[in-house]
Amino acid sequence: MIQLLQNLIDAISLGSIYALVALGIGLLFGILRLINFAHGDFITIGSYALIVPSADVTARLLIGAWAWPVMIPTICLIVVIVALLTDALAFRPLRRASSPTLMIASFAVSYIIQHGVLMAYGSRPKAVDLWSGANTQVLIGDLRVPMLQLITLAVTLVLMLAISLFLKKTSYGVQMRAAAEDFRMAQYLGVRGNVVIGIAFAISGILAAAVSLLYTTQSGSLSYTMGVPLALFAFVAVVVGGMGSLVGAVVGGFTIGFIVTMLQAYLPPDLRAFRDAFAFAFVILVLLVRPAGLVPARSTFERV
Amino acid sequence: MLVEVDDIHVRYGDLVALRGISLKVEESEVVCIIGPNGAGKSTTLAAIAGGVTPHAGTIRVGGQSILGQRPEQVARLGLSLVPEGRHIFGTLTVEENLRIGGYIQRDRAAAKADFDRLLELFPRLAERLRFPAGRLSGGEQQMLAVARAVMTRPRLLLVDEPSLGLAPKIIDQIYEILLDLRQRVKLTLLINEQSSTRILKHADRLYVLRGGRMQLEGRAADLQDGEAIRHAYFGFDEGQAARMETTA
Repeated sequence: MIQLLQNLIDAISLGSIYALVALGIGLLFGILRLINFAHGDFITIGSYALIVPSADVTARLLIGAWAWPVMIPTICLIVVIVALLTDALAFRPLRRASSPTLMIASFAVSYIIQHGVLMAYGSRPKAVDLWSGANTQVLIGDLRVPMLQLITLAVTLVLMLAISLFLKKTSYGVQMRAAAEDFRMAQYLGVRGNVVIGIAFAISGILAAAVSLLYTTQSGSLSYTMGVPLALFAFVAVVVGGMGSLVGAVVGGFTIGFIVTMLQAYLPPDLRAFRDAFAFAFVILVLLVRPAGLVPARSTFERV
Repeated sequence: MLVEVDDIHVRYGDLVALRGISLKVEESEVVCIIGPNGAGKSTTLAAIAGGVTPHAGTIRVGGQSILGQRPEQVARLGLSLVPEGRHIFGTLTVEENLRIGGYIQRDRAAAKADFDRLLELFPRLAERLRFPAGRLSGGEQQMLAVARAVMTRPRLLLVDEPSLGLAPKIIDQIYEILLDLRQRVKLTLLINEQSSTRILKHADRLYVLRGGRMQLEGRAADLQDGEAIRHAYFGFDEGQAARMETTA
């Protein structure tokens, strides 16, 4: 029983990370119809910004050594700037391009960022000790929960609440939802397309920065491809949740986190190496039953 | 002159939609474009609203060329489009749909005042402010589309086939609202319709569009008998029709 609860907490914690990444990808897809595979590399940039640029194996903290009230906003700012630059340089010239074109452009951006990091920091993975105190265990009854998992969950909930309030209560939030539903019509009503898209990129940058800090603290290592598996699983989460639905992205993120953690815990040891194959097989099953995802977009039907 | 369209050509890939359209709309007129399905009426309105860029010709608003401007810029010049099929934001509430139109105004108090005033004109919408707009009936959605466009404080309202898919009684209501708005907020109207029957008594001037070309233009008062309109609309007179029958 305790073991199951322990696994559940692991699943929620991993699911939170996937949900945050999926939210960043889902937000841009909603507005731009862009599946941004470079989102994982935004995370990589946030993590590498913590250390001194050099090819040394041992990483020395740079921004990561600053006090956290300064460090967190700085990392967010850096990733937001990268996200906005990506939009301005790569995606803005492609505004009228089709969805597959945008996706391929995002692969290009992804490669450019990865190899930029490779040139500046070298290819070998680096060990980073961002916050060793985060692994202290908190006892809840008989459960031992690493503090970092609680923090991850809290950060996820706060960010989701903030985004949901932004989308519901602010004028730019309402404009973003309108643009996500019918971009051209929103423009006809005076909604500035590039501003709304810029805000979406900025929010996805903040989400990526949050993940880079949580993930680096947890894994304690950096590599120039660290964002790729995160973006891949998050993309799968977006598909499982329902393309174009933000609630779906979150639900999908937690679902994938749950599946991966449970497979890791309960698969026979010989099969654990194939965990991801089982996870993706499960995804196929989900999509066979619900092709539009768990929470399909546009659930309110429109009359003719 | 509020809007002046001069010899615009529009292509969608290989498909030619407009082959040299010219039209003008003066301040406080009611102008109507009629024509069969596929004539290029929607493309004409979309081009004026900035949604489609003509590859030749010019469009001027108040004497200034708007060619190449994005729709959100054209909206700020005081042109507002009520598109065919209404394009309501179905997952947003009725209130949010209306507010979107008001964000264009810098003066928040004025937008609020417009909002309150519109609700008096549209009591049906006022009752359903918190509803997801996708749940409204077709007629209510058309009213919402009109009200939302009016929230941008346009000088010219471009209305694309307001009667599409609606019951005759509802269509009468929509026209009543449009003409009422015209008096109250000093609107100029440019309306697309497939049929001239209803519009002839409301419009000041009429254009007939077919096959991407303007076939006829004139004052509504001069076209009341409908013969010239029929000719322009269908593209052949009775003699031609007879010849077509013999060859068939």
